[in-house]
Amino acid sequence: MKRTLTATLLLLCLAGTTAACGDSGGGGDADAAAQARGEITVWYSNNAEEVAWGKQMVAAWNAEHPDQKVTAQEIPTGKSSEEVIGAAIAAGNAPCLIFNTSPASVSQFQKQGGLVALDSFADGKSYIEERSGKVAEQYKSTDGKYYQLPWKANPVMIFYNKKAFAKAGLDPAKPSLATYDEFLATARKVVSGGGAQYAIYPAPSNEFYQSWFDFYPLFAAESGGKQLVADGKAQFASEEGKKVAAFWRTLYAEKLASQEKYNGDSFVDGKAAMAIVGPWAIATYKGKVDWGVVPVPTSAGKAAAETWTFSDAKNVAMYSACKNRGTAWDVLKFATSKEQDGKFLESTGQMPLRDGVATAYPEYFAKNADYQVFADQAARTVEVPNVPNSITIWQTFRDAWSKSVIFGQQDPGAALDGAAQKVDQLAAQS
Amino acid sequence: MRSLLGKQPVGTAFVVPYVVFLAAVFAYPLGFAVYMSFHDYFFAAPGAIVERPFVGFDKYAAVLSDPAVRRSFGNVGIFLLINVPLTVVLSLLLATALNTAIRWRTFFRVSYYVPYVTASVAVVGVWLFLFNSNGLVNSVLGPLAPDPSWLVNSKLAMPTVALFVTWKQLGFFILLYLAALQNVSKDLYEAASMDGASRVKSFWNVTVPGVRPATTLVVLLATVTGANLFTEPYLLTGGGGPDGASASPVLIMYQRGIEQGNPDVGSAIGVLLVVAVLLLALLQRRLLERES
Repeated sequence: MKRTLTATLLLLCLAGTTAACGDSGGGGDADAAAQARGEITVWYSNNAEEVAWGKQMVAAWNAEHPDQKVTAQEIPTGKSSEEVIGAAIAAGNAPCLIFNTSPASVSQFQKQGGLVALDSFADGKSYIEERSGKVAEQYKSTDGKYYQLPWKANPVMIFYNKKAFAKAGLDPAKPSLATYDEFLATARKVVSGGGAQYAIYPAPSNEFYQSWFDFYPLFAAESGGKQLVADGKAQFASEEGKKVAAFWRTLYAEKLASQEKYNGDSFVDGKAAMAIVGPWAIATYKGKVDWGVVPVPTSAGKAAAETWTFSDAKNVAMYSACKNRGTAWDVLKFATSKEQDGKFLESTGQMPLRDGVATAYPEYFAKNADYQVFADQAARTVEVPNVPNSITIWQTFRDAWSKSVIFGQQDPGAALDGAAQKVDQLAAQS
Repeated sequence: MRSLLGKQPVGTAFVVPYVVFLAAVFAYPLGFAVYMSFHDYFFAAPGAIVERPFVGFDKYAAVLSDPAVRRSFGNVGIFLLINVPLTVVLSLLLATALNTAIRWRTFFRVSYYVPYVTASVAVVGVWLFLFNSNGLVNSVLGPLAPDPSWLVNSKLAMPTVALFVTWKQLGFFILLYLAALQNVSKDLYEAASMDGASRVKSFWNVTVPGVRPATTLVVLLATVTGANLFTEPYLLTGGGGPDGASASPVLIMYQRGIEQGNPDVGSAIGVLLVVAVLLLALLQRRLLERES
């Protein structure tokens, strides 16, 4: 009797394990999950403005769909969201949707078998492409599928402190920052004139993502919208990339930018006269800095309407542990509808990755003229390349950048050439 | 039952929870790390169909040919050369001083212990304030201040990190020596004094040999914790900067294994680190025990 009971319990356990494994598998289960509806869980960022938006979005959904309740929470704390998400994928307890998926990590999550291709929904591809327009193309994975929905961008631009500029005798209404020569001359004046200790202060630390806020926006602008890697080849060791490197090297060599890490916000604290960041930061500047904004510089001083930049986008992805994918897809469409995108824009000031965002919400931009420039810029943004080994590629680039441009221990051109060879090998791996 | 639990069933029962703990949080992960390092391994979602072929020593070959990894082992060598002797000397001297009847003894004991129990994240801010180019240290040094400054100077970054860790952990090692000093017989000091030994000679010939078992422990613990250096280069020098001059093997493990999604490579670095630390600990033990 005892043996029979033990055997029965073991069989039940085995059946449970098999069922659990089967849930995240492909084939028929995946098709059934795509139709399944019921309760789901979503995670969003811990940024206060995004939390406020997330709560109202979930409340609005739940009010209309009491039988498909959404439970939401902030992404659990970790060294980074990506680490937490990676661990959740491996543990099989990732939520259905995460409204803070970094495009740079998508290839890794995809390799882990952690993501659901949104093309698996009948209207998946068309919904994404209709909502985001041409920009959507950059978010396709190498297999041609969408594992992420382009959600919102923070087009990176140059913020400047009007008071610091005025103190240094510069015209805060018309700052001369369009070309590299103009930018450098202004930087020298603002520092020598006592406007701030440093002209600009991008983080000089070695994390892989820091190049998104020094090299990449200027490379996007200089190259007319090229990604770091295209068609399996590194693009950054080009003439444009080397011009950008030389520009930043001058800033570091002349101590117009600092090599040292700063604990805090150097722009808010008045340590730097300029910052290179997206509109998410405006909320933190409120009441602290009288700021103006211009596009990132280019060597020839391209017009604002022709200047590209880095998107600093965060997207929404559906995770393979999700059982009720039908509901998850409906929630995803609801959360990225024109109405919810408008609410997101109002709550956060970040730009929904929606085609024609500048014209979609005329009332908002009439009331918030400061944000209009970001809406215009959102149409010309470059994303990180969606390729295998994405993070390794960025770390390889950062190591070369750090050694040559920030610390001047190698010729920047030679460093970029060396990094490009390694990146070509990494991009070629599947 | 007796054959299962042995001659001392109560003792075995007391030991079993710790054995289980060790097996679960140490032996199994270590064994799994060795397994990962010999396979093309990455973390995947449950049920995902992935291939993880056996690749022999490929990951080790990749790791050993990676200049960043080799440099990180060199960096941690520099760290240990500074940190371990400094820890032993300072903690023994300070423990000896705190063991005598000086005024404010409790205050000093607490003061030395506070950095040890304070989170690195909090005290790193203070050191950044002290050692940045406009910091207090450079203000005091004036024209003698190094350029580039301490934490962005490729020659000084790792020694500065070593100083920070020495200062932060000193309180713990002082406690170990204070405990050891209680076991040194006062008769020996009295005998040395009667023989006309000065305080320095008494320290050298009575205290130092008297606390030798504690010194072995301090050297071993300082080496093991030092070899696992991560938080300080991650926070103090912005991810092992400048240009990898303060990157440690554990920091590189984190980058490769967690950030870049290559736990097989991270595991190979980890296994090499374990082997290196074991060899170093064996060498230290032989040297220290031979002297005793």
